[in-house]
Amino acid sequence: MSRLLIKHGRVVDPTQRLDEGLNVLIVDGKVARLAERIEDKDAQVIDATGLVVAPGFIDVHVHLREPGFEYKETIASGVAAAVAGGFTAVCCMPNTQPPNDSAAVTEFIRARAAEAGLARVYPVGAVSKGLEGEELAEVGEMVRAGAVAFSDDGRPVHNAYLMRRVLEYTQLFDVPVVDHCEEPTLVAKGVMHEGAVATRLGLRGIPAAAEEVMVARDVVLAELTGGRVHIAHLSTRGALDRVREGKARGAAVTCEVTPHHLALTDQAVADTSFDTDTKMNPPLRSPEHVDALIQGVLDGTVDCLATDHAPHHADEKALEYDLAPFGVVGLETAVPVTYDLLVRKHKLPLRLFVALWSSNPARLFKLPGGSLKVGSPADITLLDLNARATVNPDRFRSLSRNTPFAGQRLKGWPGATVVGGKVVWRRERK
Amino acid sequence: MTVKAAPRLRGKDLVGIDPLSPGEIQLILDTAEQMRDIAQRPIKKVPALRGKTVVNLFMEASTRTRFSFEVAEKRLSADSLNFSASASSVSKGETLLDTALNLEAMQPDFIVLRHQYAGAPHQLARILKSSVINAGDGAHEHPTQALLDALTIRLKRQTLEGQVVAIVGDLQHSRVVRSNILLLSRMGAKVRVAGPPSLIPVGMDAMGCEVYRRMEEAIAGADVVMMLRIQLERQGRMNFPTVREYYDFYALTPERLKLAKKDCLVMHPGPMNRGVEIDSRVADGPQSVILEQVTNGVAVRMAVLYLLAGGNGEPAAD
Repeated sequence: MSRLLIKHGRVVDPTQRLDEGLNVLIVDGKVARLAERIEDKDAQVIDATGLVVAPGFIDVHVHLREPGFEYKETIASGVAAAVAGGFTAVCCMPNTQPPNDSAAVTEFIRARAAEAGLARVYPVGAVSKGLEGEELAEVGEMVRAGAVAFSDDGRPVHNAYLMRRVLEYTQLFDVPVVDHCEEPTLVAKGVMHEGAVATRLGLRGIPAAAEEVMVARDVVLAELTGGRVHIAHLSTRGALDRVREGKARGAAVTCEVTPHHLALTDQAVADTSFDTDTKMNPPLRSPEHVDALIQGVLDGTVDCLATDHAPHHADEKALEYDLAPFGVVGLETAVPVTYDLLVRKHKLPLRLFVALWSSNPARLFKLPGGSLKVGSPADITLLDLNARATVNPDRFRSLSRNTPFAGQRLKGWPGATVVGGKVVWRRERK
Repeated sequence: MTVKAAPRLRGKDLVGIDPLSPGEIQLILDTAEQMRDIAQRPIKKVPALRGKTVVNLFMEASTRTRFSFEVAEKRLSADSLNFSASASSVSKGETLLDTALNLEAMQPDFIVLRHQYAGAPHQLARILKSSVINAGDGAHEHPTQALLDALTIRLKRQTLEGQVVAIVGDLQHSRVVRSNILLLSRMGAKVRVAGPPSLIPVGMDAMGCEVYRRMEEAIAGADVVMMLRIQLERQGRMNFPTVREYYDFYALTPERLKLAKKDCLVMHPGPMNRGVEIDSRVADGPQSVILEQVTNGVAVRMAVLYLLAGGNGEPAAD
């Protein structure tokens, strides 16, 4: 019997409304006991003095790039980055090569993840064969192989008929459909948010409306079908309003917001003078959108946070702004960026912050974990809220370095990561 | 306000008007006025840049701007190299960065870059030791064009301050309009822009201009009307209906020109589409200073090269 005892920590568990000093005993990979005093001389002991003990953080939106783009990231490097960022589980998007549109690819991803260990990996299957938006993929086969949600991420499900049918069909399995919402004809050749900054820089803009028209459509289709729509990387005020209205009418619509869309504005493109690490899709928005997103987090309209971790090789990013690929890495900066912004600056209660990263995503994607209740898998994130550090991409575990946060000094970092009762990562203490 | 010329340019590059102070703009214009005199001499050459190497890196087709830079370089005795995209390694898949690093390894002093994508000169300027001069980047900036336009206005009117300048055309895709708004507003001119509503980018007024849909309102009482080339090659067929209809609503005709001040200057950065955005009777008429713009382009480019090479004050006499 393997035993782990986490002592002297501040346990914050939204699923039990807990925020108090408790010891946590883990036996055979499961939470066995929570109490003010636990002594167990057979257990490995972690001294969590000064640390927050939270349900393991889950990132429901990452790109691990394997199979097909192993020069950007592999499943092994991706989970190493995840645990170093405080994440115990990730959901990986299907836009690999070949895409994850069949049980065989889903099984391959699961097998690679099992070899890599460290974090848990939950594959997201493709909605359509080849991500081409025309034929429904074998959703049921992929569910059997371990897929937890469906998406053509990187692209929207542009065909409304297909979106309607997948929202109906997936109800057989009770899994969400995750949509990357953008109307391609409105995006046109845009590379950053359409607004005064893009105009001054002479870069083609992506209007907020490109996202909003498709979110509006998805909310309507969720109501029509009763299916579950999860809006990926929501980034505009109008899109948030559509989700808020949909929820009020009882539609099964949820949404995630990324750290970069909360912490940065389109001004970053000008301030960095065309640094391609500010290029992602959806693009960094103007302050009125960013303010609305922060408000949406504070008022509970935003269901969870997710990174949209999108590794790209340095050679690919060292191109003209128009030619560089969209995307930034996020796993190793997400916790400090969001803690610093939401809890320290905007006074989001810590319990809600923890929920946005753990219990909420677990509930939306029906994943094990996200709770420290007795009997739950012992996936635990320890947070060192007093730690201050500067983001240094050279120390990333990810194979890629494309972050817009390099050089930022942030407070509130992960301290250790426990998956299935094993300590898989600990922060080096100076 | 009279803007006092700065003693020198602060940066090693000229990537745009945006980073320039009014004093720096004034310095370039003052220097360019002196450079104009060189073209009047029997021997149109000074040794100011003798021993300096300039690479004209033109990744997008251009005749007038490249020739203008070449003439400027030759008049200052610099050695020029021309690199154009068609004959280059670009077709072999080399990146802009690698191309620039290879050229830099030959130790040039200047790289003059024309590129179809916004920000390319800014990205190179960060990495290269040579001075990077932006000869037009996408729809972003074309600083030497705005400087030559300003010089042309200043020579006719003695000052830019208070001048009402109307710029008409495809505002969305034009780098000329952006550099001109920034420069003219910074120097105290009043800038109005007008174009088809489907070609007006969001928030252009924040750059320092008034935005109009009808060109008649923009040119009413103007001191200067600047027409932009309608870039047919960059348009899909959804932005405006036809060239014929464009002429109806946005061409500078003799009738429309009457709305401006009597002595209003007519400008165009070239190449013109006669009968599309400008009527030949206006382009060739007494108020047109279009060819003077071309002449002043050489002087402005000489001034920029000279100042970036470290010169200030009087250019060396031969």
